[in-house]
Amino acid sequence: MSRKVILCRCEDVTLADVQHAVKLGHVGVEEVKRYTGFGTGPCQGKECLREIACAIAAAAGRPAGDMTPFTARPPLVPTELAVLAGSDPER
Amino acid sequence: MSAAPQARAEVAVIGAGVMGLAIASNLAARGQKGIVVLDANHLAWGASGRNGGGVRQQWSTEMNIRLMQESTELCARFAEEMRINVWMRRGGYLFLARTEAAAERLARNVALQNQCDLPTRMITPADAQELVPELEVGPFVAACYNPTDAVVFPWPFVWGYARAAAKRGVQIRTGVAVTAIERRGDDFVLRTPQGALTAGRVVCAAGAWSPAVARLAGGALPDRPVRHEILSTEPLKPFLKPMVSEIETGLYVSQSLRGELVGGVALPEETNPDGEVRLGSRLAFLTRMARGLTRLMPRLGHVKVVRQWAGPYDVSPDGNPIVGELPGVPGFYVVCGFGGHGFMMAPVVARHYAGFLRGDPPHPFFEAWRASRFTGGGPGGADREEMIIG
Repeated sequence: MSRKVILCRCEDVTLADVQHAVKLGHVGVEEVKRYTGFGTGPCQGKECLREIACAIAAAAGRPAGDMTPFTARPPLVPTELAVLAGSDPER
Repeated sequence: MSAAPQARAEVAVIGAGVMGLAIASNLAARGQKGIVVLDANHLAWGASGRNGGGVRQQWSTEMNIRLMQESTELCARFAEEMRINVWMRRGGYLFLARTEAAAERLARNVALQNQCDLPTRMITPADAQELVPELEVGPFVAACYNPTDAVVFPWPFVWGYARAAAKRGVQIRTGVAVTAIERRGDDFVLRTPQGALTAGRVVCAAGAWSPAVARLAGGALPDRPVRHEILSTEPLKPFLKPMVSEIETGLYVSQSLRGELVGGVALPEETNPDGEVRLGSRLAFLTRMARGLTRLMPRLGHVKVVRQWAGPYDVSPDGNPIVGELPGVPGFYVVCGFGGHGFMMAPVVARHYAGFLRGDPPHPFFEAWRASRFTGGGPGGADREEMIIG
């Protein structure tokens, strides 16, 4: 049985990937997001942010409370281009 | 990033974006010792981590065409030389023109590009549709296509240059903001919350933040930050070969190797008298881009947007970059004002910049793009670049 632990299911980022990123000096949530690509899939980190923040803290030997989330980006949920095209805030 | 910070640098680079790191890496490769790179944030935080990754050679001036030919070749070798995957895809760039005037400009540029041995060609809207069957080409009168332009994933360039620089002895300190710059004899003293750094020479590679850094050193820069946004969609099966861009609207879109569509469009420039760098997301961008994209490729209506973000273009008054020693501040060198094209130009500019700092005869861009053209030092030598997109 594989012992791979998937933390980000959208982008297949594993616990080992996160630990490796921390080892390379990426010790913040934003940096690990950039290095591993976690949180860039359909759920935009809504499922995995907490778990990955804890994993970074554990790997870096810092309290989990020190971790700050990455900047949340619109849209809140994946939204069809046609829906966005039909709403015009400039009008 | 390092435990024992040096108190003196021969060369301090402010800004650990692709430009600053590439200059540091090239300088170290040329034998320069005592290089320290400082950045207020983490790697890939600024514009180097926020751009669309376009690497094109279709420009309207011979200097820019030739520089980008060299830069594209450097990009093509980067993965192998730096041992890092940069997700480079040479699908070409397709520019679409709605008006005869724009088509004429494209044709003129294509002729110049051909003289530089670039295989760009003017094509009909029908040809464009053959390249990208999803296109609605009704609004367009002409197009041009260069198959050797490319798209990359920007972040690995930052890490690649950082790793190469660090291997060559460069000290990279992230999370270290320079809060004051003082003169001490011929040296500079850079104040930071983590202590002072003395430096013989300073290279300001702070992108859109360059005017603020220059002010700390008692100098002035005329470039301004302009917020641009990008959206990214859910991943799709590969279908879009070239980067597609509309001349008149500034809309551009490409498909990354991960399958997502990545693109942007220009909004009217907002008033920003204080020159602050704004990075917030706007609904106006999302809806304008969605309208433009669904008009361009109506089949994309059901494709979902997953994320939008903003980054600053660093725009100079004449649209050309600003390089070299800053007038009135000897020993303080700038490399800014690239207007949204600094990422793709960094490999070639950094290589020549390092040569210049090591005493090589300067590349002609140092004359064309010199900072003194804005301070009564006569006009720069650069022609106005037309192919500034977005």
